[in-house]
Amino acid sequence: MHRDLPLWLLLSCLLAAFAAGCGEVWNDPYPGERADAPVLYSAFVNRPKHLDPVQSYSENEATFTYQIYEPPLQFHYLKRPYELEPGAAAEMPTLRLLDASGQTLPPDAPPDSIAASEYTIRIREGMRYQPHPAFVDDLEMPDDPRTIADFARSGSREVTAEDFVYQIKRLAHPRLHSPILELIAGYLPGLRDLHRRLREVQVPAGGWLDLREHPLDGVDVVDRYTYRIRLTGTYPQFIYWLAMPFFAPVPWEAERFYAREGMAERNFTLDWWPVGSGPYMLVDNDPNSRMTLAANPNYRQDTYPCEGEVGDREAGLLDDCGRRLPLIERVVFARERESIPYWNKFLQGYYDASGISSDNFDQAVQTVGDGDVRITDEMQAKGIELVTSVAPTVMYMGFNMLDPVVGGDSESARRLRLAISIAIDQEEFISIFRNGRGVAAMHPLPPGLFGYRSGEAGINPYVYDWTNGRPVRKPVAEARRLLAEAGYPEGRDAATGAPLVIYLDTTGTGLGGKAEVDWLTKQFRKIDVQLVVRATDYNRFQDKIRSGNAQIFYWGWNADYPDPENFFFLLHGAQGKVASQGENAANYRNAEYDQLFERMKAMPDGPERQRIIDRMIAILQHDAPWNWGFYEVVYSLQHAWIQNRKPGKIARNTLKYQNIDGALRARRRAEWNRPVTWPLALGAALMVALVVPAWRQYRRRERATALATEAG
Amino acid sequence: MWAYLVRRILYAIPILIGVNLLTFLLFFVVNTPDDIARMQLGVKRVTPEAIDNWKRERGYHLPRFYNGDESGARQLTETIFFQKSARMFAFDFGASDDGRDIAREIGQRMGPSLAIAVPTFVLGLLVAICFSLLLVFFRASRLDVAGVVLCVAMMSISSLFYIIFGQWLVAKVWQLVPISGYVGGIDSWPFLVLPVLIGVFAGLGASARWYRTLFLEEIGRDYVRTARAKGVSERVVLFRHVLKNAMIPILTGVVVVIPLLFMGSLLIESFFGIPGLGSYTIEAIQAQDFAVVRSMVFIGSLLYIVGLVLTDISYTVVDPRVRLE
Repeated sequence: MHRDLPLWLLLSCLLAAFAAGCGEVWNDPYPGERADAPVLYSAFVNRPKHLDPVQSYSENEATFTYQIYEPPLQFHYLKRPYELEPGAAAEMPTLRLLDASGQTLPPDAPPDSIAASEYTIRIREGMRYQPHPAFVDDLEMPDDPRTIADFARSGSREVTAEDFVYQIKRLAHPRLHSPILELIAGYLPGLRDLHRRLREVQVPAGGWLDLREHPLDGVDVVDRYTYRIRLTGTYPQFIYWLAMPFFAPVPWEAERFYAREGMAERNFTLDWWPVGSGPYMLVDNDPNSRMTLAANPNYRQDTYPCEGEVGDREAGLLDDCGRRLPLIERVVFARERESIPYWNKFLQGYYDASGISSDNFDQAVQTVGDGDVRITDEMQAKGIELVTSVAPTVMYMGFNMLDPVVGGDSESARRLRLAISIAIDQEEFISIFRNGRGVAAMHPLPPGLFGYRSGEAGINPYVYDWTNGRPVRKPVAEARRLLAEAGYPEGRDAATGAPLVIYLDTTGTGLGGKAEVDWLTKQFRKIDVQLVVRATDYNRFQDKIRSGNAQIFYWGWNADYPDPENFFFLLHGAQGKVASQGENAANYRNAEYDQLFERMKAMPDGPERQRIIDRMIAILQHDAPWNWGFYEVVYSLQHAWIQNRKPGKIARNTLKYQNIDGALRARRRAEWNRPVTWPLALGAALMVALVVPAWRQYRRRERATALATEAG
Repeated sequence: MWAYLVRRILYAIPILIGVNLLTFLLFFVVNTPDDIARMQLGVKRVTPEAIDNWKRERGYHLPRFYNGDESGARQLTETIFFQKSARMFAFDFGASDDGRDIAREIGQRMGPSLAIAVPTFVLGLLVAICFSLLLVFFRASRLDVAGVVLCVAMMSISSLFYIIFGQWLVAKVWQLVPISGYVGGIDSWPFLVLPVLIGVFAGLGASARWYRTLFLEEIGRDYVRTARAKGVSERVVLFRHVLKNAMIPILTGVVVVIPLLFMGSLLIESFFGIPGLGSYTIEAIQAQDFAVVRSMVFIGSLLYIVGLVLTDISYTVVDPRVRLE
């Protein structure tokens, strides 16, 4: 047996070394970081494309840009419905309405009489930018820098009104391709002129386009802390844009810095290394692995709100009232491309919050009673909490109104669309494919926005009946009746006898997509209509929508801001996809609706606006250009140690309000992640059990004589 | 040999041009320059003017192969194909369509890919050879049969299963290593243990069976019988004689993949959160980033050619009878 001793010794030494190399917890993905530190750990799936505030427009980019840049306004973190409040601005902007002769109009002046709207914005004094080498004049380029921290020195300066104006000019920068240039230029014509002028400017190699030298008509710096924007006509929704990083201050020094030779080649661009005045700054940017935000030491004096909506105090959301923001020192975003490791790391306590994928839904959530959901016992035992909210998002099936079968304003086509809308059981779809995470839509406007009506007054009377205090989808017989009235009794053309075939264009050809398509085919079969699915790649699908060659299709919209205009414009005639490449993918056009839309969008919230919205909804429900689909309900899980997390997708600068009980997290992590070491011992024993007999067998063979082998 | 190498390098040029042409054709059959622009600019509020500007800036406004508006050589050079291909042959990959420097990106991602690929390759090769030699040593015994059955079972199971099961068992249930993630430097080893072991394990069945076949073929040869007759131990027979003479087919399969180790592994890197090159091409295809796709295909084909040349050279090392002429 003594011959096996060295092997045992070696294995034991290896195990001991392995165990000694690890701490109490062996599976910590953040080596060298203290679990009790005020750091939030989160994850991202897709790397952000743009972090430049004039370009960035995606949700996954907003996670970063809204923390780094601070626009003039922000949404109150706790109040619902959402309420704007000053961010970088010292107070809410003052609005002066002017007529064609330049005379001031009263605030309630009719929209037709308003020639211009003048917003005067006064910013807070003493705000400073994050520390950054861009503010150092005589900076030398270090050898092969990889992050901004590799530059030896950094500086800062005060944020001035000119920086806000500079950023507005950047919207017109010909190389930056701001997605909102055309929209804003519609109200700020000087922006389009500037864009045209800047395109003619020749920038020398290694030089930069100093926008300070190029005036912008309609935007003026009044004094060091005040600037003014003059819009053509009236655009009340403009104030929401002032709460987005498109209008946050950007220092000209940053553009000069990143234009230096060798910067772009090393991926040092403003699109990659933002320079802002918000609560956080980007200190680590490896979008393949990890991005880290650290608290901006120069962030202005900002405090946690002391008032919210009913129930916030009981929920502990006011406990940090008056505390200096941000509350968390660092936020680490690790890249997780796959949902399985993401979920398991959340369960181990290495991510502080998580969404719920379909794969993990049953493990996390259970349905009780009449569709109510609650967290499973397993999650509850870990102290995990479930947070739900209806997102300002609508997912719908569009009917192409230019299509000769389902489109147009004929009574026949309208009845056909209504028949399809009734036949497609949206509630079943939500239950099967969304795990109940949706609310069947009655019209384009999601709950939580002004104009939305709940209860009986809010149902779509063409598709639902109000029975026993809740909406009940009309029976299939009603859909069949409408279909017959549309000229397709039993799903056949009354004139020719040919079966009615409807074509769905979709990109969903994957595993889940196939199941959804099969389900949809079954829905159409309920009214004897044949559904043909034309699966295509994303590019061809987009082409078909742009050229109006699709018949029915799925589409969706995520709100830019919490105003009904941002949903009703999706059906505004002037936004027709085919006619003007707008956002009206169904190419719907109704003169009365368009007229009401123009009035509604220029009005403040109030009874009159509600009345107009009610009428617009009634028109839409009658015409049925969409099968209204559903509003997304977001489920999110969070550990007990994360505090002040209020659901909602409109306010995106939320990280500064969140807090962490680091001590609790450290305890839980240690408790949940004790390594199970017996498999190592077992593995070693198994190895020995295999190797030793094999070795003996080998020795025996080696020593055996030919005669012995024969005998054996 | 030098003449042979020069000839192979010259052969590589038309191959690379052909691969580049094929990539270009395939990519632009699926994606138009307008699609590429839309993908980069986003789906919300994109205007036709913005698309035109974007294409003009990046040279996608030019005709693809032939520019009828130009004269002379410019009819061919003022095209997307020429403009996007010419610099690549000087190893200037330029910037991706979202503005990031491709060479730098490759440089950053190569390290983590190699950190996984090299140990997986070396360990996998060692384990597979040792395991197959063990089976050969116990050939025609129950152990051999059990080993072959195990190999067949192992190669029948998808590598995705090994990854998910390995993560579940080792990282989740036993909690011995992190489930996913990566840090650079010496601290990276806890993140590498599991993916490397899984990589070795997932490839063991097929490799061991292949090597076993090669060794069995050799072990019945006359020189082996002679060696045994001279009293050479079985260990020396296997490791010195059989292994050496089976090297040519082993090298054919092994050396060619060495340069491709740089390209990483898509599945392993995705599941373990390794920021390597494995997913770079796939992500670029999804993002319709032609600049990255063509660069990665170019590098991949170049490395493959290098691998083939290295394989030829390695033949001369292990078998003195081979001459490269």
